Amino acid sequence: MPETILVVVEQHQSKLNRVSLETIAAAQAIAKETGRQVEIAVLGHDIAAIAEELASKNAAKVYAIECPQLAAYTSDGYVHVLKEFLGGKQPKLVLMPHTYQVRDFAPRLALALGKTVIPDAIGYKYENGKLLFTRQMFQGKFAADVSFSDAGPLWMATFQNAAFRADMAEAGTAPVETLHVTVPDGVIRVQPHEIFKEAKQSVDLSQSESIVAVGRGIKEQKNLAIAEELAKLIGADIAASRPICDAGWLPLDRQVGSSGQTIAPKLYIALGISGAIQHIVGMKGSRLIIAINKDAEAPIFEIADIGVVANLFDIVPPLMEEIKKAKAAAN
Amino acid sequence: MKILVCIKQVPQKDAPLKLNETGTWIREDVSYEVNEPDAYALEEALRQKEKHGGEVVVVTVGPARSQQVLREALAKGADRAIHLVDDSFVSLDAVSTARAIAAAIEGQSFDMVFTGLQSDDYGFAQTGVLLAEILGWPHATIIIGIEKTETGLRLKRELEAGQFQWMDSPLPCVLTIQSGINKLRYATLMGIKQARNKPLQQLTKAELEGKLGTNLQTIERLYIPTKQKKTEMLQGSPADIAKKLVDVLRNEARVI
Repeated sequence: MPETILVVVEQHQSKLNRVSLETIAAAQAIAKETGRQVEIAVLGHDIAAIAEELASKNAAKVYAIECPQLAAYTSDGYVHVLKEFLGGKQPKLVLMPHTYQVRDFAPRLALALGKTVIPDAIGYKYENGKLLFTRQMFQGKFAADVSFSDAGPLWMATFQNAAFRADMAEAGTAPVETLHVTVPDGVIRVQPHEIFKEAKQSVDLSQSESIVAVGRGIKEQKNLAIAEELAKLIGADIAASRPICDAGWLPLDRQVGSSGQTIAPKLYIALGISGAIQHIVGMKGSRLIIAINKDAEAPIFEIADIGVVANLFDIVPPLMEEIKKAKAAAN
Repeated sequence: MKILVCIKQVPQKDAPLKLNETGTWIREDVSYEVNEPDAYALEEALRQKEKHGGEVVVVTVGPARSQQVLREALAKGADRAIHLVDDSFVSLDAVSTARAIAAAIEGQSFDMVFTGLQSDDYGFAQTGVLLAEILGWPHATIIIGIEKTETGLRLKRELEAGQFQWMDSPLPCVLTIQSGINKLRYATLMGIKQARNKPLQQLTKAELEGKLGTNLQTIERLYIPTKQKKTEMLQGSPADIAKKLVDVLRNEARVI
């Protein structure tokens, strides 16, 4: 029997988080290259429909781990159930999507098994029989190829959103094995409540065709006026990276990135945004990305189509003058 | 409330970073600052202490230079500091870092441990969660609100895509704090003066021997990322660049 790469998918309220399909695609690619087989596990309560959906993927098996105590997510519950399951199955490699939920339990799960998680990988390499995971460091300024110090089993890694394409997950037919487990009283120490959105979250940036986004390079709140004026000139909406919203300069619903909105407009102008991973995952699907930043090494230039290394305050005013001229000439 | 805050010194956000000769780490001759989410974790601990009384202890794991972030924390109001000091500590993985911190606080009964939600250098987002496992405590991540209740804490967690969740946790527990949970304070002149007389305990590698374990993951190489896209870099005077950008906006983006 070949060694197993096990994907633990994510579900909320009996709905599959689609990012799980990216992880399945990653597992299939690694399995092909390393001569291993893929298995998939889904855990929670009322998950039969998800297991059925996963059974249409190319995998050796789908495990549906049904557990009434996992109806609402808790790290205690997930660690308990997965520790038992993985400890019994001993897969060579466990892959998960790098979601907030996985970040919450996976490190603890790994340590409970005496293992480690390589988090937030953006790809993998298979070199001379050695599996390396590529991850970003120093806010994306560098990439690192990281290996496990031991020989396995129970290597664990998580993949960043959009590191692989969900539509590359190969179809097939996999048998489903349903396991019924329970979590003993006292294991789950925390009490989660309903998930909600703040009422004031009103702006839907995903509908915007053009975005002018500002980052730390804007320096002061009063300087937002220059970005707002540019946005108005080209009919764009204003958005920001996390620090701007943390500072209260723009409301949270203007935030683009992993904790804010994920968008893919036709035009994205990044003013003074360095391009930390958490921001880039929210906008890298934009069709045309123009970045203005004074730091030539800023990671935003890795994904920009057009780059300008300059202080935004030197570029934006003459740019607005030129736009006005161009508009006047067109009329 | 006795609160431990784990903070870390990282390269300044806009510091130009260079690879070392072996391509395994950065050259260390750059400017450093406190990891941003850790600054929010400290601020939250100070606010909790102001509300409920108690003690705020800061801990860092790193070379001699990282004492600076402890001094700043003491100046802002932390009561004492613990420095796990060794040059080699920059290459500890998250598990080893968590083990080191757990060893350093053995026998001290904290009610809460705060960490920033992740560091700007490694970006593991693991140390706090791992520390909870080592201590055998519950934990909660990406916290943007903390209220003390009769039985423990009511916590506001940030989830993805603008969603939130309240949860109740007993004490003691470990919380990883999200940036923006509060407004950061500045150290006062008085605070800076007082900090000089506050206790700062140093623990060397030798004193932690046998408690660190070995790294479970290895950075084989560090490198400048290969470009995902071909970026056209515009050169020239600001006026030239403005003209070129207008061409792009008109002909490619078609917004003017």
